[in-house]
Amino acid sequence: MRQLCKGNVALVKGALLAGCRGYYGYPITPASEIAEAAALYFPQVGGTFLQAESETAAINMVYGAAATGLRVMSASSGPGLSLMQEGISYLAGAELPCVIVDVMRGGPGLGNIAPEQSDYFAMVKGGGHGNYRNLVLAPASVQEMADLTILAFELADKYRNPAVVLADGFVGQMMEPLDLEYREVPQPEKPWAVKGTPETRGNLISSIFLEPDGLEDHERKMEAKYLRAQEAEPRYEMSYTEDAEVLLVGYGIVARIVHSAVEALRRQGVKAGLFRPITLWPYPSKALVKAAAHVEKVLVVELSNGQMVEDVRLALNGKVPVEFYGRGGGNVPSVKEIQEQVLGRVAAAV
Amino acid sequence: MANESVIGITVPETTAKVEADIAPQTDGEAYEIVRSKSTVFYDQYDRKAEGKKQTHYCPGCGHGLVHKLIAEALQDLGEQDNTIFVSPVGCSVFAYYYFDVGNVQVAHGRAPASASAIKRSCPGRMVISYQGDGDLAAIGTAEIVHAANRGEKITVFFVNNGIYGMTGGQMAPTTLIGQKSTTSPWGRRPSNEGYPLHMAELLATLEAPIYIERVALSDGKNIMKARRAIRKALEVQRDDAGFSFVEILSPCPTIWGKGPVEAQRWIADKIVPAFPLNVFRDHSPEPLAIKETEPPQRSVADVLGIASKDVARGVVRPELAHRFQGVKIKIAGLGGQGVLLLGQLLTEMGMREGLEVSWLPSYGPEMRSGSAHCHVCLSQEPIGSPVVSHPDVLVAMNEVSMRKFAHEIVHGGTILYNGATVPADFAAPDAQVIAIPASEIADKLGSTKVANIVMMGALLKETECLAAGTAWSVLQDKVKKLDLLELDRKALNAGRLFIDEHAHIGALDQPDGFT
Repeated sequence: MRQLCKGNVALVKGALLAGCRGYYGYPITPASEIAEAAALYFPQVGGTFLQAESETAAINMVYGAAATGLRVMSASSGPGLSLMQEGISYLAGAELPCVIVDVMRGGPGLGNIAPEQSDYFAMVKGGGHGNYRNLVLAPASVQEMADLTILAFELADKYRNPAVVLADGFVGQMMEPLDLEYREVPQPEKPWAVKGTPETRGNLISSIFLEPDGLEDHERKMEAKYLRAQEAEPRYEMSYTEDAEVLLVGYGIVARIVHSAVEALRRQGVKAGLFRPITLWPYPSKALVKAAAHVEKVLVVELSNGQMVEDVRLALNGKVPVEFYGRGGGNVPSVKEIQEQVLGRVAAAV
Repeated sequence: MANESVIGITVPETTAKVEADIAPQTDGEAYEIVRSKSTVFYDQYDRKAEGKKQTHYCPGCGHGLVHKLIAEALQDLGEQDNTIFVSPVGCSVFAYYYFDVGNVQVAHGRAPASASAIKRSCPGRMVISYQGDGDLAAIGTAEIVHAANRGEKITVFFVNNGIYGMTGGQMAPTTLIGQKSTTSPWGRRPSNEGYPLHMAELLATLEAPIYIERVALSDGKNIMKARRAIRKALEVQRDDAGFSFVEILSPCPTIWGKGPVEAQRWIADKIVPAFPLNVFRDHSPEPLAIKETEPPQRSVADVLGIASKDVARGVVRPELAHRFQGVKIKIAGLGGQGVLLLGQLLTEMGMREGLEVSWLPSYGPEMRSGSAHCHVCLSQEPIGSPVVSHPDVLVAMNEVSMRKFAHEIVHGGTILYNGATVPADFAAPDAQVIAIPASEIADKLGSTKVANIVMMGALLKETECLAAGTAWSVLQDKVKKLDLLELDRKALNAGRLFIDEHAHIGALDQPDGFT
């Protein structure tokens, strides 16, 4: 049924529906409602909520709970995610599935609490040490905060890898109608888990491979699964791309503003289109190449100084001019602002 | 680790038995001598291709002995199948090559955090966090203190040899004053490196721990004490009593540059005087003095608010023909004026009337510094941007907010201002400005708090964007206190009435279901 729900709360509801029963975290604006909702809900359904002493402890608690095969999560914002990066690297190295949420705020440093998309590099490109990837999903609505969290748990288990829900302060803080339906979520068997039982005795969760050949084998095995994910998991959404001459690319809250701008531009006779990546890793490069095949120009809009734009340029590999428009510090471009950016650039091209 | 001592002393024999070595059991304290290692150890160690019967530890290292005492205790307690062993970063990082139990290797210093979550995920299992001094007393200080303070039902074995062994002899937080290391080349100087950290004493200042003891592997008698302490700590956990901690002063002959026997003597002569052996805490769990509120147990569907098939709350009222494509509203005022709530109520109403809706607040310190605002979008179409940069309607709960946001209003929009009159020097943009003395009206009704509902009544009457009947049904669902609900009803009515009587746009004839 439809309920009016805050993005951060919807995310927790999605997690519960996905069968997540462990939450370990530390409060931070603008992600605190996630911890608060988890504190309220998890203990009522036999789950564990624990407010850790730090994000460092929280992510290592996630590591411990994930080692037992439980669906488990944590959530934070930029500064907290920086502290978690060590643990995320260990989780990836030990091939432990879990879901980590980053409700992005302004940075670097303490920055501010307003929305930005400046953790793209940190979450999509790594951030922790070593050869690993995060599976990264970018919700753009309250509904997707729930839906993509459920998907994140499924992908995390499927690939035995951390999955990240990369949201922003707006999607986390806003309220929209949420449609949820209760259903039993099948969870995969995890014969590798350590549960303190006779069947799991002798199981080992570890990320240490001291012998060079052993570590190289491990890294190749991980790379193979990342290649599988790159084939199977890219997700995206497109609007007005069929005859588009200018293709706008944005994710999260930006995609919604861009969508409104594209519609306004269409009314003005400008053939604009929107490509919205839903998975930031694996990046939907092939689909983007296809969508941009006949456009004259690509404009990437982000709440950053230009981070995702690098993946757009990599994907398009010089075939189409890629331009960038970014706002930061918590400033969010208005529909009109994006409209003007496009008009100015189209005019310049003529 | 076979039965011969690794540190060149007589090691007490185990009471643990293997099947091949059954001897008549005797009662009381007597124990039999069994020349075999604990079954909790693997038969062969795969750490190295060569020497599969040997550990990777140096001759005379205390880890081997501590491993042995733990393995024997686990076997005697019958806990092998139930045990999850958390190994740290340090020389004992490879403990999983030896213990035939469930093994989890974790990040440097974080073992108590990981072990806490393992235990909470697998209650009733035996969870052991095995840590060295750099791991526990330096990088992991926060994790051990907080795990102990929460009274996690885990057992921590803290092997303290006063030095970083694995990385080649750097200073540890437990390095003695004056003791040389590669990073304290003139000996540890308190003026520069501070004093040795006494973890057992530090943890004993906390309320939750059940058992804390410091022992030393300095001689046969003390090793027997260590053996008892290790068993006791595991028994505390087996009995589900709470947090148990054993600090073990342990030799590191290689880094200390001493022979195994000399190293043991050094523990007795130098380390024990600085780290006194003691039982710092030993009590049974006491009933909590404070009565705790237990969370109720409910189904997931119930908790998520999706248990009921009843769609009444998401009511769609097709009889309401909305005259607009979309309305964008900005509501601004002081914290405490119900600005965010007013926005939420309108959004909920829009949803119930079958519209696409969004609500976006200002948040964080901005709210706490006194001002608050929110954006509400009501639309027939899916909502793109939830950000209201140019509102059709601005509800300004105070003058500052009106002055701050008035310039954003669309051409021909409406400003509803909470005040008796529009300030004379206010340069109105191209919009109609209606002053509604909402706070005054609310005050007369009985509480200034419902000024936001007065404004809602005025907004609904003036704009007709949503039906007052919907407002009433939302209020009935959201406001649990009957006297407050009655106040809200009056406030809603008063706001509507004010527009009827004072605004230049007259009463509207569309029935909106509210009486």
